[in-house]
Amino acid sequence: MDDQKKLTIIATKGTLDWAYPPFILASTAAALGYEATIFFTFYGLQCVRKDLSCLKVSPLGNPGMPMKMPFGPKWFRGINWNIPNIIQASIPGYESLATTLMKKTIANNGVASIAELRELCQEAEVKFLACQMTVELFGFEHSDFIDGIEYVGAATYFEYGGEADISLFI
Amino acid sequence: MNADKELDARGLNCPLPILRAKKALAEIGSGQVLKILSTDPGSVKDFQAFAKQTGNELMSSTEAGGEYTFFMKKK
Repeated sequence: MDDQKKLTIIATKGTLDWAYPPFILASTAAALGYEATIFFTFYGLQCVRKDLSCLKVSPLGNPGMPMKMPFGPKWFRGINWNIPNIIQASIPGYESLATTLMKKTIANNGVASIAELRELCQEAEVKFLACQMTVELFGFEHSDFIDGIEYVGAATYFEYGGEADISLFI
Repeated sequence: MNADKELDARGLNCPLPILRAKKALAEIGSGQVLKILSTDPGSVKDFQAFAKQTGNELMSSTEAGGEYTFFMKKK
């Protein structure tokens, strides 16, 4: 089908929050009839690992991120815990705590998990490309990643990007 | 309005209502109608956009008490 619309996304971020946009956009595009391709490179490789527990969210140095509790009465949930960077940086496990709270908030809001969205992408035949250079650079093995990935270089990305109606760098 | 299939997407957030609807539409025949229930306010515009881009017909879109009901006829 030559008139099929095409989307390509370059996914470069390896945190829980930034893992969402590539999978949300690719799965939605596929539902709308697009042929969708995601090229995972640099930290984006974390999004296609078998073990997704490496995806964390960091409020440190991120003033745009509200820190709210996903439990308790409404007035308590409404509080934005504005904790100074210097304190965040010195509390051991602060990122893990923030990640746990974020995952709870995500579930409370009926938002899918990354694993679920990734599966939906695969079911919808979204093509996953991974950057072989950064796989080697970061010391990963192909066995660290889920099945169905093609390991390629920049030239292969352009084979898809050059044909695409929409290309996004995330 | 009668529906051939019903999808309960209440409590789900973007993009799940659209993805579930796409899946449910694949399970019915051309000309059949899918009823979708949703609580996501964004789904009102999103189902319009979905219909426009996929050629499935959004026959109706209503809201009552924070719940949205859509009827979509498969292309």
